[in-house]
Amino acid sequence: MSDELAEKVLSAIATTKRIPRERVSLDSTLEELGLDSLDQLNLLFALESDFNISISDEQAKSIRTVREMVEGVRKLTASASGQSALSA
Amino acid sequence: MTPRRVAVTGLGVISALGQDVPCFWNDLRAGRPGISRIESVDISGLRFQNGAQVRGYDPGQHFEPAQSDLLDRFSQFALIAARQAVRDSGIVFTPELRQRAAVVTGSSVGGQSSEDAQFWEVYRCNAPRVHPLTIPRIMANAGASHIAMEFGISGAVYTVSTACASSNHAIGQAFWMVRDGVADLAIAGGSEAPFSFGFLKAWEAMRVVAPDTCRPFSRDRKGLILGEGGAMLVLEPLEQARARGVPLYAEIVGFGMSSDAGHITTPSIDGPSRAMQAALRDANIGPERVGYINAHGTGTTNNDVTESRAIRQAFGLHADKLAVSSTKSMHGHALGAAGALEAIATVLALYHRTLPPTANFTTPDPECDLDIVPNQARATEAEYALSNAFAFGGLNAVLAFRRA
Repeated sequence: MSDELAEKVLSAIATTKRIPRERVSLDSTLEELGLDSLDQLNLLFALESDFNISISDEQAKSIRTVREMVEGVRKLTASASGQSALSA
Repeated sequence: MTPRRVAVTGLGVISALGQDVPCFWNDLRAGRPGISRIESVDISGLRFQNGAQVRGYDPGQHFEPAQSDLLDRFSQFALIAARQAVRDSGIVFTPELRQRAAVVTGSSVGGQSSEDAQFWEVYRCNAPRVHPLTIPRIMANAGASHIAMEFGISGAVYTVSTACASSNHAIGQAFWMVRDGVADLAIAGGSEAPFSFGFLKAWEAMRVVAPDTCRPFSRDRKGLILGEGGAMLVLEPLEQARARGVPLYAEIVGFGMSSDAGHITTPSIDGPSRAMQAALRDANIGPERVGYINAHGTGTTNNDVTESRAIRQAFGLHADKLAVSSTKSMHGHALGAAGALEAIATVLALYHRTLPPTANFTTPDPECDLDIVPNQARATEAEYALSNAFAFGGLNAVLAFRRA
């Protein structure tokens, strides 16, 4: 599942936490990567900006792993482009 | 000089629970929240919509236009609360007392709405100049200075800014000054008016604001509700108050502070616990004497669990005999004014022998296993009570009061 979107999310995590990109894998948990509550807020901010999406507090709370993060972003970007296609 | 006992002889409050002390107490006693849709700011671009605002507020009822020009909303609240407290105390300022009196206020963010409005003009509308009263309106000490000017108080006057613990630090230091003979009277408390769009967006990014309401210690709690208001207490030596023959609301008997020195936003258990213990030591009482704690109780996932554990750590087995409630469930989290609003709630609880409940409570959380006085006020014979305030930045301040 090494697609472009996943790569972008993994890079965002590495950049936010200032760790080497190689340390981040889909199976990592946010806790394993050492992301505390403030790091997670920074990451959500980065992802919302990079993908032009809005992640709700409820959606954010349930995320534990990088894989869940990637799938969450994928859903949101899909529904965002779906919406803009509808409104166009 | 031997330390003096210090009495609370005047109270003033303006908040989401009305614009005076009787309204405040009526709502607290009834467990009636002042939380509603935010009206003073366009919230269409916000994830949350509710706040605890001062409703039906008309500055024109309190200030002449020339004075209003100088006052941001947070200073107005400070001045309104101070006027009420001074009137309530029946104090008469002599020239000597004016020099020996102090004003200590707390504010986290100062003149937020003035700052937002003026910076909007500059950044967004390319205005070539900013209003010349912007600086005197936004400075965090504006409230304290206006109180000093109104009553001619020329002793120690200053403002403490420790985020959500600001006014507990302010009241605590004022208490110590009166106790130690540095001041013969103090007006102490805090005020905040944080409803500006930019500031609300910043809170949105913290992801701790509830979309519906504030349910402290409830398993289904979703976060805090921001609030605004002002609250002031008049503190004076107990002997002086007795000589004046005025009624006493309570005695203020202890103040404790600590720093987590850990994380900038995640609270610790040890820091708050040490602040409570320090307040008890300062009051020279054992934990078993305390019957009530007005909790910091923000309604966030993190705070309520950590605070519950901190109370257990500080009180041991006595934690099971304590009543603990969060009045933020009703007046919201007024940041730098929170401690002052809650100090007044605590003083009134002792005075009326009635504990205000934790409102909006639905489901117990096993991780917050304290008696949190759900939804219904309760009669109490508590002699001593604490009021907790724990700030972002890991700064903790706890006040101890005794029934008069």
